[in-house]
Amino acid sequence: MNVTPELDSRFREAALLEGLVDVRYDVVESPVGDLFVAATDRGLCRISYWPDGMEESLAHTFGPRVLRSPLDEVRRELDEYFEGTRHEFDLTLDVRVAPFHADVLAELARVPYGRTETYGSLAAKVGRPRAARAVGTVMNRNPIPIVLPCHRILGANGSLTGYAGGLDVKLRLLQLEGAMLA
Amino acid sequence: MRDVAPPIPPFERFYLEHRDEVLGYLRRLLGQRAEDAWQETFLRALRAYNRLQHASNLRSWVFTIATNVAMDELRTKPQAPVDGVAVAELERDAFRELEHLTGDLPPTERAAVVLRYGYDLPYTQIADALGSSEEAARAAASSGVRRLRRTHERHA
Repeated sequence: MNVTPELDSRFREAALLEGLVDVRYDVVESPVGDLFVAATDRGLCRISYWPDGMEESLAHTFGPRVLRSPLDEVRRELDEYFEGTRHEFDLTLDVRVAPFHADVLAELARVPYGRTETYGSLAAKVGRPRAARAVGTVMNRNPIPIVLPCHRILGANGSLTGYAGGLDVKLRLLQLEGAMLA
Repeated sequence: MRDVAPPIPPFERFYLEHRDEVLGYLRRLLGQRAEDAWQETFLRALRAYNRLQHASNLRSWVFTIATNVAMDELRTKPQAPVDGVAVAELERDAFRELEHLTGDLPPTERAAVVLRYGYDLPYTQIADALGSSEEAARAAASSGVRRLRRTHERHA
């Protein structure tokens, strides 16, 4: 006895309407592969290039009531970004990280479309000029890549260094944005 | 030695694992009225989900909720129609022959029979679902089966 798609979406809508969901997620297709996206009532909380184990990770951070459901606004803004028509995201974010990470991510959010910074210059901006390596760790654990643009952060010599989605994706995003690369 | 309970899975995983069999169960108990009861079952589960202490027996837990929802429904609006579509899924031969008649059973006996022979739940878990003792669950199932046999013989 299989649940029909109609019955299934009716339940998901009722669950959201009643405010019973800690965190909802969706999978958004993009030119750089499927993106796992998640949001709480407070805002977008996760984008991941790797869906495996993400439900468990969300449950751990936000609570066990994890439910798949369409995130239309996030999908629309990401579509526009990949079409090149959107240079800034208007999504509210729910970032739950340690204070130093929060400072670095707030500064990261100010790096404009099509521009790049280095790990060292970002460290200097949060008043920790010698913390380039720690900034690298923050980038590495960025919960909302693309929207929090860690792809715009390069090594001191202009090298791509690393990226959760792979260096090819990092390069592709920078090319999409028309960033000048060394 | 300490018992290590399995971690509570994300609700989505729990939901995908049980949604179909719970709908099948409610269809057997409620016929066409099953869909609303099914939604109510998973909404109740979701309301309680963040207060769960461990993930042992989530299957019997959701059957308990479904049974409660179905009992409420049967008490307020008895005489549920039973459709025959679920019959083909059944595993137990004896039950397969008799299942189309379970609609005539009193609610508790019907739930006990369906949980035991349709879903293979042990009596300890049926007792949980019915909110009764294991003995009472066993008695309800066997009384239900006897009643089914009598009905079956009359129809045969």
